[in-house]
Amino acid sequence: MNNPPDVAQDSKEYEEYAHGVQKHVRGYLIVGATLLAFTMITVALSYVDFGAILSSLFHTNLSATQGRKANIAVALLVAMFKAGLVAAIFMHLAAEKRLIYRILIFTGFFVLGLFWLTLLAWYDYPIFR
Amino acid sequence: MEIPYTISTRPDTGLWNAKIGIWLFLASEVMLFGGLFSAYIFLRIDSAPGMWPHGLLNVPVGTFNTCILIMSSVTVVLAWASLKMRRYRAYWWYMLATILCGIIFLVVKLAYEWPQKYDHFGIYIKPEALGKYEQYLGNAYAAEKELPPRLEITGHLHNRAALSDPNIKEYEVALDPLNADPTNPSMDRPHFFPLPVTDKIATIEKKDVERATMFLPTHNAYFASYFTITGLHGLHVLAGVLVFIYMWLPVSKKLYQRSPEHLANRVEVSGLFWHFVDLIWIFVFPLFYLL
Amino acid sequence: MDASASVETHHDPHAHAAEHEHHELGWWRKYIFSTDHKVIGIQYGLCGLVFLFFGFCLMMMMRWQLAYPGQAMPVIGKWLPYIFGAESMPDGKMTPNFYNSLGAMHGTIMIFLGVVPLAFAAFGNFVVPLQIGAPDMTFPKVNAASFWAFAVGGVIMSMSFFVPGGAAKGGWTSYVPLAAFDDTGPDRNPVFNGQTLWLIGFIFLITSSLLGAVNFITTIIQLRAKGLTWMRLPFFVWAQFVTAFLLLLAFPPLEAAIIMQLMDRLAHTSFFLPAGLVLNGVPVSISGGGSPLLWQHLFWFLGHPEVYVLILPAFGIVAEILANNSRKPLWGYKSLVFSVLVIGFLSFVVWAHHMWMTGMGSTVSAFFQTTTLLISIPSVIILSAFFISLWGGSIRFTVPMLFATAFLPMFGIGGLTGIPLAFNSADLYLHDTYYIIAHFHYIVAPGTIFGLFAGIYYWFPKATGRKMNDFWGQVHFWPTLICMNVIFLPMFLQGMAGMHRRWFDGGQGWNVANEHTIWGLTGFQWNHPISWAAWIMGLAQIPFIINFFWSIKHGEKVNDNPWEATTLEWTAPSPPPHGNFVTTPVAYRGPYEYSLPGCERDFTMQNEPVEPTERTRRKPPAELVPA
Repeated sequence: MNNPPDVAQDSKEYEEYAHGVQKHVRGYLIVGATLLAFTMITVALSYVDFGAILSSLFHTNLSATQGRKANIAVALLVAMFKAGLVAAIFMHLAAEKRLIYRILIFTGFFVLGLFWLTLLAWYDYPIFR
Repeated sequence: MEIPYTISTRPDTGLWNAKIGIWLFLASEVMLFGGLFSAYIFLRIDSAPGMWPHGLLNVPVGTFNTCILIMSSVTVVLAWASLKMRRYRAYWWYMLATILCGIIFLVVKLAYEWPQKYDHFGIYIKPEALGKYEQYLGNAYAAEKELPPRLEITGHLHNRAALSDPNIKEYEVALDPLNADPTNPSMDRPHFFPLPVTDKIATIEKKDVERATMFLPTHNAYFASYFTITGLHGLHVLAGVLVFIYMWLPVSKKLYQRSPEHLANRVEVSGLFWHFVDLIWIFVFPLFYLL
Repeated sequence: MDASASVETHHDPHAHAAEHEHHELGWWRKYIFSTDHKVIGIQYGLCGLVFLFFGFCLMMMMRWQLAYPGQAMPVIGKWLPYIFGAESMPDGKMTPNFYNSLGAMHGTIMIFLGVVPLAFAAFGNFVVPLQIGAPDMTFPKVNAASFWAFAVGGVIMSMSFFVPGGAAKGGWTSYVPLAAFDDTGPDRNPVFNGQTLWLIGFIFLITSSLLGAVNFITTIIQLRAKGLTWMRLPFFVWAQFVTAFLLLLAFPPLEAAIIMQLMDRLAHTSFFLPAGLVLNGVPVSISGGGSPLLWQHLFWFLGHPEVYVLILPAFGIVAEILANNSRKPLWGYKSLVFSVLVIGFLSFVVWAHHMWMTGMGSTVSAFFQTTTLLISIPSVIILSAFFISLWGGSIRFTVPMLFATAFLPMFGIGGLTGIPLAFNSADLYLHDTYYIIAHFHYIVAPGTIFGLFAGIYYWFPKATGRKMNDFWGQVHFWPTLICMNVIFLPMFLQGMAGMHRRWFDGGQGWNVANEHTIWGLTGFQWNHPISWAAWIMGLAQIPFIINFFWSIKHGEKVNDNPWEATTLEWTAPSPPPHGNFVTTPVAYRGPYEYSLPGCERDFTMQNEPVEPTERTRRKPPAELVPA
């Protein structure tokens, strides 16, 4: 069976790549440290009363639930930043091929669709009007 | 018979097979946890005021676990890098570190965090009886400060027999600090360090109780989602640890000697899975522990 | 099966030499725990056919109850209680609970244990690597794991019939709160009861589909032969590709929901249970705070892509057979590809049309009505392209072609009758009536299953080296076609008259089923001819079963390309050896080069090089044209 043979294991291609990997190691350590730091920041920020801060900034009176929503938004933003770092650097997504991006964009679209459309259906009931 | 592009890349896609395979699998995992997170969102949005608890989980321990998982993500990518640079010894130590971090995470969760919950007791008071237990709930104070109402008395159950014996008509609970001193302003928001259960004992009559259980999945929607999501996440951590152990055992050395790039690819693929598991935890931690 | 057995019979020197690379596999590794895609495909196929037959038998039992409610089933009525338990059919008379379990399991088994394994896993596994010129799937061991996960899931589902309380009874849709409390209580085992086993079995089936989907997508992307560009793929491969994506992305939210329902049942959580529920007069001791609608959303998020999973492989099979038996290329290849991609995409955003009865507001209802109507467009494009493909063709009605041509109007009826259901207003009346049953059965039964029969007759020679008998194929086809229509056409009228689904007595006790006559019979009376047609249709499958097994050993021996087809699988030996091709194929042309002008034969295979002077439909890349 004449199947296309695999490229030889230790060709030049791999040696060049190995050098490239060495350069990235420092990046991995920096990102790791950043993630640890931002974990502490996430925890610290969760004890900050964003409701009170926003209330004084915009001279309004935000309720406790609205204040909590502000905290949720901040925490999720930080989480998305951390997740982005993990995805881009650790999972090599920043330098990935187009095909992988396409798969993930469709997935992202459908999972957001699941969230958004269900949310839409949840609140679009005559009883809520 | 060789399957092409197991190690080498196909020219037009630039990818080898398992890379595509793992990303497809991770896409399905995104949808899986997406389904669970959407349940979390709807249960939380729809919960009546005061029914979604805050501050019941141990934040320092959760932070520690988060840091452990982040470190394991670093060590696994360094393990992969070592393999690409053909340094097997370094790979072996980094992989061991990853495995140990994974095991520590699981042990902390299953041997400390979860059992702590099984011993913690919570009583939802019937709406009509809330006034009777005002001294423990402080709803007038809460209403004044525009905080959500307090509907639950929590702490350690002293008379365990009350759970199963219908003849015992009341629960004796050593109160949590919030219920021991509900009008104290420091109790308005959760604390970083968990406060210990106080000595103050409250007697709550069963007839005033809407629902009383330990902090198990059945207790309320919060614990249902907490245990389900962290449980499924924990299963994924376990699966990752098992795969890493397989790749760390001497059998991997044989593959390394035969085809080091093949082992590097396998480690990269399992590392991607591991990073995804870490990614999920990055969201789980604030959603359950901090918010 | 014979696919790997050919290693001994086909003493091709190349194949033999290659086999010496690794040791001979033992019988278990070759036929049972094989990682060869052809063996796995056949395993899926045989299991799928067995489950299809089992699901069919469940339906035939239901049809007795619908036509003769409360009467003891003749002959087998005595024996069924020994199989299904005494409380299922005391004195041979069906109990309501048993009827419900038959209904729920008929649906579950037909869809998830019958059609999906056959259409996607069996045909996909066997044919796709051959059609793209690959030696196997990219992940053979994962492929084997996928089959065994399916087998375990199938065993668990089947086992659920034999536990106290019988199989799941809450419909294949398992709506909560009924499904959360069904089969619970003091006389039910917390784990070994019908509903819980249904949930656990389902997790294995979902795992199997996910693993399979990953394999299919990666294989189609990575292992296409040289020269086989995306727009030269047979339409069957495109259909399987989109189907795999549907399974990959739509199944997991249901898996999440199943995990949550298991938690509701086993850990007494309230993911889907609102506060204040009362069961048998006693308030249930749960925390409440959940929502039954959440289950519906997560279920139908899969449920709708699932129905496209059921139909797309059949589209693919029919496409191949139509082109082959009309001796001309498929009309509108680009439109077909584009349509199947659009269907795949849109199928994720139409799910709430299964939930019109939940009282949703007008905004979200308008959204889903719009997307549902939009998705009918590519389906019509595909069907029209198929019809137009026949025009001007030199049609030969082989047995596969009979099924493939019958598919067209049958699917047409099914699809068109779905259009009224896209409207919230019409569906408010028609929901949960027999109209719905007729609509979806037209698509799946004389639709998909005809496509599957066509595929079995068509690719049987590739898998075995022998043809199935043509005469008995005709004996199988005609009664099946006629009976399908006698069964399902009146159901539209029953539904429009107001007859409800899942009625244990077939409508006997309901005014709507007994007051008006439709074409001379009341709604309830129509159950009689429908049931008889169902039983006759069961008899008509016997020639097929006998033909299938008999032809494996005694069918007419044929060469590697008995249908004179153009796609790459027909360049491989029949049956193909391990590794499939003697020499790796290279594709020089499109998949349907039938009746090329100036050519002696009326077909040109995909791997035939293009002469510089030849007029082809697409210009091949320069490096493949000899100087």
